[in-house]
Amino acid sequence: MAEVVLENVTKTFGTQVALNNVSLTVPHGSFVVLLGPTGAGKTTTLRMVSGLDHPDSGEVYIDGQPMRGLTPAQRNVAMVFQQYSLYPHLTVRQNLEFPLKSPLLKTPPDEIARKVKAIADVLQISHKLDNKATALSGGEMQRVSIGRALVRNPRIYLMDEPLSSLDAKLRADLRIELKRIQADSGATLLYVTHDQIEAMTMATHVGVLHHGKLVQFGSPREVYENPVSVYAATRLGQPRINFLPADLFPAAPRGAVTIGLRPEHIAQGVGEDSLVTRVEHLGDQTRLHLSFRNHDLVTVTDAHTGLRSGDIVKIQPDKPLYFDADGLRLV
Amino acid sequence: MAQIRTENVRKEFGSFTAVQSSTFTVEDGEFFMLLGPSGCGKTTTLRMMAGLELPTSGEIYIDGEEVGMKPASQRDIAFVFQMFALYPHMNVRRNISYPLLSQGVAKAEVKSRVAEVARILKIEDILDKPVGGLSGGDRQRVALGRAIVRRPKAFFMDEPLGALDAEFREHMAEELRALHDRMGATTVYVTHDQLEAMQMGDKIVVMNHGVVEQFGKPQQIYDWPATKFVANFIGSPPMNFLEFDGMIGIGGDHVELSGTAVRVPVSRQGAKGKLTLGVRPEHVHFSDRSDFRGRVIATEYLGTTQIVTMATANGVVKARISSNQAITPGEIIGLEFDARTLTVFTEERGQALLSEANEGVLRHG
Repeated sequence: MAEVVLENVTKTFGTQVALNNVSLTVPHGSFVVLLGPTGAGKTTTLRMVSGLDHPDSGEVYIDGQPMRGLTPAQRNVAMVFQQYSLYPHLTVRQNLEFPLKSPLLKTPPDEIARKVKAIADVLQISHKLDNKATALSGGEMQRVSIGRALVRNPRIYLMDEPLSSLDAKLRADLRIELKRIQADSGATLLYVTHDQIEAMTMATHVGVLHHGKLVQFGSPREVYENPVSVYAATRLGQPRINFLPADLFPAAPRGAVTIGLRPEHIAQGVGEDSLVTRVEHLGDQTRLHLSFRNHDLVTVTDAHTGLRSGDIVKIQPDKPLYFDADGLRLV
Repeated sequence: MAQIRTENVRKEFGSFTAVQSSTFTVEDGEFFMLLGPSGCGKTTTLRMMAGLELPTSGEIYIDGEEVGMKPASQRDIAFVFQMFALYPHMNVRRNISYPLLSQGVAKAEVKSRVAEVARILKIEDILDKPVGGLSGGDRQRVALGRAIVRRPKAFFMDEPLGALDAEFREHMAEELRALHDRMGATTVYVTHDQLEAMQMGDKIVVMNHGVVEQFGKPQQIYDWPATKFVANFIGSPPMNFLEFDGMIGIGGDHVELSGTAVRVPVSRQGAKGKLTLGVRPEHVHFSDRSDFRGRVIATEYLGTTQIVTMATANGVVKARISSNQAITPGEIIGLEFDARTLTVFTEERGQALLSEANEGVLRHG
């Protein structure tokens, strides 16, 4: 397993700047998740590391070795794409064995059988091992393509939204399994998603991308509790963080234009009056939609709250985050 | 505005029964959700209520009038589909006016109603634009406008937000619900997304394999599921199921899990054999005093809370706890459950046993 470094990587497609001077270190044995909406540069970053695409300027290193000019095979990376790609004429077992049968690896047959069985168990496809790849559902095919990467022992695993085509239950199971496999094996994994739950629950480090720039890099807790900007603050947290003019509340620091309040960081029963405009019982908690001095905000409260639309509730910021006119965090 | 009632509605397609027997009432002005996995019969039920499909048997009443065999055009309702269709060669105003013009409504009346709808939907500034260049959200608003402008008795919506990405879906869900609150029109809405159903609905019908599993208010269904299916379908993560072999009698207030007595609400029914204890993740607490132990398999950070997944002698248990509590995989933890919140299910059909806690919710329907 390996450390991956991107140094001042820039990539343009025509007039479109996909990556803008990105520097990033994927530490040895880490699970790095790149988070951002469509077009932020996530997939382009993966393709730079894999060797499927090349930077206009800047350099990619794996274990200190510059990757310029090396093919994906020479880099020894394993990639899982959003769209599964299997050999349609082979069975599931043959698809999983294929990477291990490479003449370069010379894996003994009983070792191949053991690895294939272990991976098939984890991915819940053992009962389909002898099916043709084309006789599987979309979710099953995606699990096989994840499995085909996992049976190998590459320097780094690169995954591009591998769970997005699976149903909710399987996605929840595989989040746990992927994280466990990565932690147990000490593999280095670079993973791309727009799903904040995947980023928060699996990552050792989250990289927040915005218009081709890396705006924040840190543990999920760091990004959640100490976002560097308005943009980074909106990337994590469900329901989303509330933004209000900073002067709505007392004690805003100098230069503060916006106050960011996560829904769970609004104290109730103290402070000033707000009007409850809507109450949503979600089961484990209740969302309150409030109107505070003509601004809308959302907070959460006890599942069995007696509050109803039209009630008055006092609120006060708890752990406020302040941002300047450019949307940058004031600390 | 209308009350809609379905009674023993059944639909067969050849030898396949899409809906076995649906009975529920949508009250006037309610936002009513039909929730279930694909193939559960929710869309077929909606289509029968709307008149796009005729029931094999059973009755459908709109404001007390039996309409089961009437076509959609005679029911005075509006239908909004997942793939909203607009007339591409007309501008926004023409698209919205069209249903009225085709009904022969006077020009001046059309004008004022379109203006009113545009105001409600906040699309006044795009009325004279062609629909071709509109964003997804605006197209959705225009499609809604076309439904609203007729002032129908009720709206029927089949996964209208299904094609949108997560962030935008959340936004449109709020907008739709706010629109409903302003207009107060009876709305029946089909979705497979339990969060969407909980968030938007005044009431929910949960369907599975053509059968109504439960019908009620979102919080009641979440707290007191009638079946294991409902308990598993609602909530994220869903209710934990602890399987055990044992018994509970009428008036019984505990069950035995691997030698540990666990208090439950006083039971109104007796059962023995293979049973399941259902507990929601937020009602699992850590306690060194408890003899019921779990080994931590995984922790998942979610901001303020985290989900801790544990293996126990009775199956996997997930707990939702504060993320400030440090937990490491491999740790052995004693578990306690909030006794007032528990449900015991039987094996066959996965029915919840009635107890002092859930009988109020489960007996009425």
